[in-house]
Amino acid sequence: MAIAEWRQQLQLGKVSARELVDQQLERINEVDQKLHAFLDVTVERAYADADRIDEARLAGDSLPPLAGVPLAIKDNLCTKGINTTCSSRMLQNFVPPYESTVTERLWNSGAVLIGKTNLDEFAMGSSTETSAFGTTFNPWNTSKVPGGSSGGSAAAVAAGECMAALGSDTGGSIRQPASFCGVVGLKPTYGRVSRWGLVAFASSLDQVGPFANCVADAAEILQVIAGPDARDSTCLKASVPDYLSSLSQPLNGIRVGLISECFDQKGLQTEVKKSVLSAADQLKNLGAEIQEISCPRFNDGIATYYVIAPSEASANLARYDGVKYGFRAKEFESLSSMTSCTRSQGFGKEVQRRILIGTYALSAGYVDAYYKKAQQVRTLIRRDFESAFQKVDVLLTPTAPTTAFEAGTHADNPLSMYLSDLLTIPANLAGLPAISLPCGFDESGMPIGMQLISNVLEESRLLQVAYQFEQASSVMETAPGGHCIPF
Amino acid sequence: MSKITPEDVRKVAKLARLEIPEDQVEMYTSQLEDILSYVDQLQKVDTSSIPPTTRAVEVVNVLRKDEVKSTVVREELLDLAPQREGDFFRVPKILAD
Repeated sequence: MAIAEWRQQLQLGKVSARELVDQQLERINEVDQKLHAFLDVTVERAYADADRIDEARLAGDSLPPLAGVPLAIKDNLCTKGINTTCSSRMLQNFVPPYESTVTERLWNSGAVLIGKTNLDEFAMGSSTETSAFGTTFNPWNTSKVPGGSSGGSAAAVAAGECMAALGSDTGGSIRQPASFCGVVGLKPTYGRVSRWGLVAFASSLDQVGPFANCVADAAEILQVIAGPDARDSTCLKASVPDYLSSLSQPLNGIRVGLISECFDQKGLQTEVKKSVLSAADQLKNLGAEIQEISCPRFNDGIATYYVIAPSEASANLARYDGVKYGFRAKEFESLSSMTSCTRSQGFGKEVQRRILIGTYALSAGYVDAYYKKAQQVRTLIRRDFESAFQKVDVLLTPTAPTTAFEAGTHADNPLSMYLSDLLTIPANLAGLPAISLPCGFDESGMPIGMQLISNVLEESRLLQVAYQFEQASSVMETAPGGHCIPF
Repeated sequence: MSKITPEDVRKVAKLARLEIPEDQVEMYTSQLEDILSYVDQLQKVDTSSIPPTTRAVEVVNVLRKDEVKSTVVREELLDLAPQREGDFFRVPKILAD
């Protein structure tokens, strides 16, 4: 059920917010033992939120835009009084004394918190397997990963355990799991959405965004969370347009660019390539003009990212020292061993690996060769996009080179896991908004996602193209076997 | 360019305040070597006279009035500490007897 449809049913009194919470909790009970999308299901809180909405409706008050909409929140967004763990032992018992800006805006708009979702530890990973609290599985096939790092949020939306969800995206952590789970995932422009209360990973790249079952729902969530925030100085001051009003505009004359470098990848699954190219044909039928565009430095994105993101992470995660909050090791000999024992027991291997890379790249003698060099290549990647957007309005690529892979595939090879973010990382490096939406299925019935990227602050354009494609293609109706996890 | 040695891993771990067990040094050494060798492709890119990007979308300083507002109270923050003593965070003794 889409948010607009739900709103109508609620207003007409056909279903109460409490009844919807009942249904969602029933669904979670039914499927989440197999999926493990949730770290915490906030039952009491969900009913309390829902009851407030039902009372307001009975009192004849006008209802806020997301009244009664049950949402799941990635567990790296601070929720006051509710555990926020980042899927790390380091924060296993951390209960934030404050609320993140994005979630505060959602609750003020009537949304209902249904639970907190699993992620790769501190959002570092592409499969949700680095979580300290167990892997999440893909609702379309539970031997496969849901993607990551926001795998819990993606799986929860795909499996109907919530109506929509929030994730965060540093190198593809919303778009890649959206692609693997067959849902819509949007990473807004860097700074469009406040990062206040998002546990920091790589501050120049992190951005919060929605997961939803359809493009219009993603637009509804973005509408609420976007906009300036005095508590985040990197949050852009630009006013927020009406994202829903642009959806229905036809695509006549819209210029869509296919990034040639993306389609020449060795590791690109044939069915993924075919499906995205056929999406391009459908966009053409809808009135868009298609052309090939070259972004020569696109494939340097991963190398650039794996210097910049770990460097920023090594600085951001220095705060976990066992003194002010979070985990502290039980046994140590001195203040300095208290810190190092706390960090090595509190962080998992992937997090420690990235701290080591970042510390190395920033250490004396290497900072110019690694960090500065990566920042310079970042400039070149940005410039490629700038010249592309002089010729086209949006860029089209696959979201990920493959559909969801089997759990354990990359267990002993971190670099091969990193390479799965090849197609999503460049948008983060350039700060651009990008959306992933389903465009087909592979032979084994796993969803394929396509990515649209637009210029800075042009989320309206992105949503419009995505919506028009979604309406015309009805991809989800072609799902082999109907829908995911009948169970 | 890079050739990571176990000694590098021990040194970086110390800088990062990580206690890497000796039997994991080998693993981290080879993984870091893999990753940093991959990253070395950047050395082939000509970046002479290219300015570095520190932030993707330019922003200007945000200023606000300097006025007193209530934020999270001190008690709540102190209560989050693994070990608290009165109004202080407690840590092990720093100076020897």
